[in-house]
Amino acid sequence: MKNPVQTLTKSVTVNDNPFMKPIEWLSLALLALVLLVVLPSLLDAFRLNLVGKYLTYAFVALGLVICWGYAGILSLGQGCFFGLGGYCMAMYLKLEASSVANTKIQSTPGIPDFMDWNQITELPWFWKPFQSLPLTLILVVAVPVLFAFAISAAMFKRRVGGTYFAIITQAIAAILTILIVGQQGYTGGINGITDLRTLHGWDIRTDSAHTILYFVNGGLLLGCILIAQFVKKSKLGRILVAMRDKEDRVRFSGYSVAGFKVFAFCLAAAFAAIGGAMFTLQVGFMSPSFVGIVPSIEMVIYAAVGGRMSLFGAVWGTLLVNWAKTSFSESFPDLWLFGLGALFIAVVLAFPNGLAGIWREHIEPRLTRRVKGLRAPPPAIVPHGAPAE
Amino acid sequence: MADGDHDLNRGLRSPLRRKLLMGLAAAPALSLLPRNAFAAGPATSAVSTTGLAVTDTEVTCGILHSITGTMAISETGAQQAEKLAIAQINEAGGILGRKIKIIQEDGASDWPTFAEKAKKLLVNDKCAAVMGCWTSASRKAVLPVFEQYNGLLYYPTFYEGLEQSKNVFYTGQEATQQILAGLDWVHKEKGGDTFFFVGSDYIWPRTSNKIARKHVENVLKGKVVGEEYFPLGHTQFNSVINKIKLTKPKVIFTDVVGGSNVAFYKQLKASGIDLSKQVLLTISVTEDEIDGIGGDNIAGAYSCMKYFQSIENDNNKKFVADFKKMWGEKTVIGDVTQAAYLGPYLWKMACEKAGSFDVDKVVAASPDLEFKGAPEGYVRIDPNHHLWSKTRVGKAKPDGQFEIVYTSPELIKPDPFPKGYQ
Repeated sequence: MKNPVQTLTKSVTVNDNPFMKPIEWLSLALLALVLLVVLPSLLDAFRLNLVGKYLTYAFVALGLVICWGYAGILSLGQGCFFGLGGYCMAMYLKLEASSVANTKIQSTPGIPDFMDWNQITELPWFWKPFQSLPLTLILVVAVPVLFAFAISAAMFKRRVGGTYFAIITQAIAAILTILIVGQQGYTGGINGITDLRTLHGWDIRTDSAHTILYFVNGGLLLGCILIAQFVKKSKLGRILVAMRDKEDRVRFSGYSVAGFKVFAFCLAAAFAAIGGAMFTLQVGFMSPSFVGIVPSIEMVIYAAVGGRMSLFGAVWGTLLVNWAKTSFSESFPDLWLFGLGALFIAVVLAFPNGLAGIWREHIEPRLTRRVKGLRAPPPAIVPHGAPAE
Repeated sequence: MADGDHDLNRGLRSPLRRKLLMGLAAAPALSLLPRNAFAAGPATSAVSTTGLAVTDTEVTCGILHSITGTMAISETGAQQAEKLAIAQINEAGGILGRKIKIIQEDGASDWPTFAEKAKKLLVNDKCAAVMGCWTSASRKAVLPVFEQYNGLLYYPTFYEGLEQSKNVFYTGQEATQQILAGLDWVHKEKGGDTFFFVGSDYIWPRTSNKIARKHVENVLKGKVVGEEYFPLGHTQFNSVINKIKLTKPKVIFTDVVGGSNVAFYKQLKASGIDLSKQVLLTISVTEDEIDGIGGDNIAGAYSCMKYFQSIENDNNKKFVADFKKMWGEKTVIGDVTQAAYLGPYLWKMACEKAGSFDVDKVVAASPDLEFKGAPEGYVRIDPNHHLWSKTRVGKAKPDGQFEIVYTSPELIKPDPFPKGYQ
């Protein structure tokens, strides 16, 4: 893992704007080391599966860093995209689990059990594409992204932004939940889609499957970090920041502000969707409780705790909050919510820039001093005019 | 990852191992205690062969209900009843000479959390049995976990049926047990021939009403004049109340749940529908719900359950007194609370019959067990893992209690997959 650091150390002198600064490579290496080596060797299968579940939320937090931290679009409806991605995957798995042989006792064998309970006798048309795995994998990302595109294009072309947009995304999360709960014959209602068993014949409920899925999940997450880093470093990323800080100036310079905003929002949706699909695979079910307002806001909190300007912070923040949630609730079933609340208050009061702020202010300068020949990092970008702190 | 690493790690951190060590360390102290403090049970190796958390003095049982979130109000009673039953069993010497140790987890009214905690209770804590869940959604979420890890769940709520698992015992009623006798009664005694169904929109009311409709149309030869559903938490019932006034059904049949109940009955009363004249039969209101609705708002309505706090028998008198002693004078006891109280006792009886805590043996020993100490009278476990129990109809009184107006003469057989009702 030292190699990239060294190669880059050399390239720093020739390249003024490298893809990642050495310190960022170090962060990436550290994250990869913890996720792919340390945690799997320390934790038993059950705890590792839990971490895998937490990491699926990190996809959403990552999307929020780009969308909220960089582009300044606060979305309180990321649960929609997480949920849609998860539901797409769950529909495929449910169809596979509802083979005629498995559902003999139903009035109509071969359709999901909840449809049978709701007197539906034929597979609805929109379930049909999910009989194919390749198509499902495409739809997992395509459906949420198209949905995000439709919402954001409609909003941003009309120059609806800031708080209004946040409220609208929240309303959409609420509407989608009500829709899923209400149409239980087609969606499984409040129970969600449960009892998922196999992925193309491969039993996803075993410990070994959970371990493999964990590594797939970790790999995808690191991939998404690299994509996000690419966006952040490119000219596009700079326009996003400029847009966040002075939208009018960017517009008068001749850029289509709406287009960039739509892009950032769709990218965040795509990340969330991948997270949702991985969630379904690892947890074994999907329910409307991930689509609504509460999970959507929780996901914003993950990004805030991690530091909303930091890709790595998003992942660490998600891990920290979820780990705290699980361990508080196991140790103090009656009081855990207070503990969690105290954690949030402490973070916001003491470290307004989240975990990334601690890293940047206290650890990074020391590390930089240690590593010879490195230039001091530029001062942290302090956002102005970003909505909803 | 090498599998060996995992096994090693698991072995070192296994709570069982740790407990065994602690048990060994405590052994000298044990000899100081009075001899009769422990009923000498059979050797641990004889009663547990599958690695459950059983020591020479203790057996671990999980409790998994929502302590926080919207369901906390409903689930509190169930959780209290389970703790009461376990305390009583421990006082009487435990199961197979072992005290029950409780590990409680919070499902937080969130279905995935239920699944996570169920897995923790089974995989990490190696619980020999788990008492828990309330909503169908939470049960559906934990079901694959219990089946995969061969756990044992005692589920207390009356529910929609259409389910039967080797790993679950359903101590509440399934839909036909709760509904059919009540409909027969209202048809015979109140001349009910036209019905209006009002329910919350999820699987339990939908399935219950499906069964009720078939029974009304095919058996009672009556008519359903309306069927309406509202999202969970809905509070505006004026439109459906107007429809009820227009269609003038003999019987309003409701399965509205949770907070919506409060709004529904208040608005019903405000609209001038007098429940002493209009027959209303509900399958979703117990003493717990009346606590929120207010006795005055619902007085006169009929509720169809298997248990009411006002049942007159010695078992129940003792149960009510013990419950109030442990949890306070003001607590009320509803149908689900009583069903939850049965769980630990049924588990104890099955373990003792099997002479083992092993899940497979406990499951095999359970069918046809009879529990005569049940507050509701006596119950029997059917081979389909549901309980034979009586159906009762109670009339709500302004003080929040029910006056029992009908009790089915015999125990009713559970039928989770009713033929002709699907």
